[in-house]
Amino acid sequence: MGEDTNDDVPTPPPHQHPHRGFLPDHNYVTEADIISTVEFNHTGELLATGDKGGRVVIFQREPEGKTEPFSQGEYNVYSTFQSHEPEFDYLKSLEIEEKINKIRWLPQQNAAHFLLSTNDKTIKLWKVSERDKRPEGYNLKDEEGRIKDISTVTSLQVPVLMPMDLMVEVSPRRVFANAHTYHVNSISVNSDCETYLSADDLRINLWHLGITDRSFNIVDIKPANMEDLTEVITAAEFHPFHCNLFVYSSSKGTLRLCDMREQALCDKHSKLFEEPEDPSARSFFSEIISSVSDVKFSHSGRYLLTRDYLTAKVWDLNMENKPLETYQVHDYLRSKLCSLYENDCIFDKFECAWNGSDSVIMTGAYNNFFRMFDRNTKRDVTLEASRESSKPRAVLKPRRVCAAGSKRRKDDISVDSLDFSKKILHTAWHPAENIIAIAATNNLYIFQDKLNSEMH
Amino acid sequence: MNASAMDVNTEAKRILAVSISKLYASRSQRGGLRLHRSLLLSLVMRSARDIYHSAYAQAAAEEAAAAMDADKELEKVSEPLVKSPEPEKVELECREREEDKEVEEEEDMEDVFESETDSEDKENMNPSRHSRKRRGNTSAAPDFLPSKRARLEPGEERHAVLLGAVVPLGAMGLGSCRVGESLNAFSINRVAMPAC
Repeated sequence: MGEDTNDDVPTPPPHQHPHRGFLPDHNYVTEADIISTVEFNHTGELLATGDKGGRVVIFQREPEGKTEPFSQGEYNVYSTFQSHEPEFDYLKSLEIEEKINKIRWLPQQNAAHFLLSTNDKTIKLWKVSERDKRPEGYNLKDEEGRIKDISTVTSLQVPVLMPMDLMVEVSPRRVFANAHTYHVNSISVNSDCETYLSADDLRINLWHLGITDRSFNIVDIKPANMEDLTEVITAAEFHPFHCNLFVYSSSKGTLRLCDMREQALCDKHSKLFEEPEDPSARSFFSEIISSVSDVKFSHSGRYLLTRDYLTAKVWDLNMENKPLETYQVHDYLRSKLCSLYENDCIFDKFECAWNGSDSVIMTGAYNNFFRMFDRNTKRDVTLEASRESSKPRAVLKPRRVCAAGSKRRKDDISVDSLDFSKKILHTAWHPAENIIAIAATNNLYIFQDKLNSEMH
Repeated sequence: MNASAMDVNTEAKRILAVSISKLYASRSQRGGLRLHRSLLLSLVMRSARDIYHSAYAQAAAEEAAAAMDADKELEKVSEPLVKSPEPEKVELECREREEDKEVEEEEDMEDVFESETDSEDKENMNPSRHSRKRRGNTSAAPDFLPSKRARLEPGEERHAVLLGAVVPLGAMGLGSCRVGESLNAFSINRVAMPAC
């Protein structure tokens, strides 16, 4: 039952950036270095990663046209900063983790770049700006900044801006705190570039980017009696260009599209996307595996991509009763759910991504595998993000997992030898080009497709 | 019980045990109790309970049928009357438990672990014995568990009952027919779930 390998899907040659860990030969991983989110900005020039230690690392793509042909479009570290620190909520005796759950870039409006980063409770707006000039020739202070003796000043000069080494400055511009009782799982910037939403397990709040001391609550699914709780919000996102629409997914596997024009409180959905459950597939774990871990609008705004534990689904906004397409990511795990429950892997939240033209979807799996599905040709490929299997400039080799009982080819991996500690939860696709960023625990891989600039 | 029903039961019990230990472990997790995860755990436990239940009911019905075949005349008449209502009775008891939970205070974690570690043979206990007595703190509880009961602040949410509503584990009896004991919601409240 293994997946089909596909030789025609262009497999991107890898360009690795194992930027973390000074000692790459060590097997241990510092927990703080585990990457928890990856996000390209709107042009793809910048790539931000957040980790469990609360740090954000921003990569910038080198402009093309350098002398060495292969260094075109490489991503190098641009800036690193500590976004969140561990905190302690004294009232509830709870530690608040500094782990960055999500990063979202604002569309660029001036020379500076802005991004939102969030941990479980607090969202922060960061300004990333460059400084490449500094004023020199002050009258009252000398080159080192010491105050001059006034008696030595005989003439006045106008300070002049002189070039200096590029410095990237990051400063927190806003802190949006104390609005979430439960753990924040999503943030999404509105296409109006003025507002954004933040979602926790039970509520979604709408913020204005300039106002930190209040937010509007637009969705509240908290039942009057917590005993009646049956589902939680797992992800939320604004529509890419309809500023009044947003979608949120639930642990029950449903999606709700809400229109903010209808009511101030969008508890009532405009559309409910739900696939009826197959009663024959019922098991102890049916509810867990149907919980949606990520939802993404297509760039066109016409489709939704969702990920649950075993599948990725494409939904048409115009069809609520079932998904348009369902892709089996790792169906060979279906018979292993009990073990995956015991080792906690069944709770893993995989993200999913569209390519720029919405023709290919991508999502991660175990053993450092990630999968891409071409919606048009119906072909799919499994690739691996690991040092051993990807030498720089080499073409990634498609991998195959053979399920128990099926014929095993050479180089196949059997289900039982999969490494479940190596999971690819976070992936991102460049908004326009075939460049993907894959977070494998504490390593970031960036793969570029230089052979085919267009995918199907 | 036939072999496959036994397997399902064993599986259900095992999953329950695993789930409870996960719930307990999540109390000490950094960042506090995760609502989503707790909800999923409780759903699995409910599934396990439902499947165990239906397997139990089926097994009881099968036993009744077997009894009918094996015994003749008089016994044939009385046995089904005794056995078959029990599963339904158990169902009713479960529902009563669920409703009662809303007025009961939560049980301590001790109860959960006590039932789990109790090695007394429950197979032959009368399932209709439902003692409403709650165990005191003096019952055999692991040392590492806090001995004090959680105090409810006025108006504070009883999040623990989130589990209680979906898992009247008393019906499961964790490896026994000890349906009378209610394995009530354990006090996740203690982990200071955000009260709002």
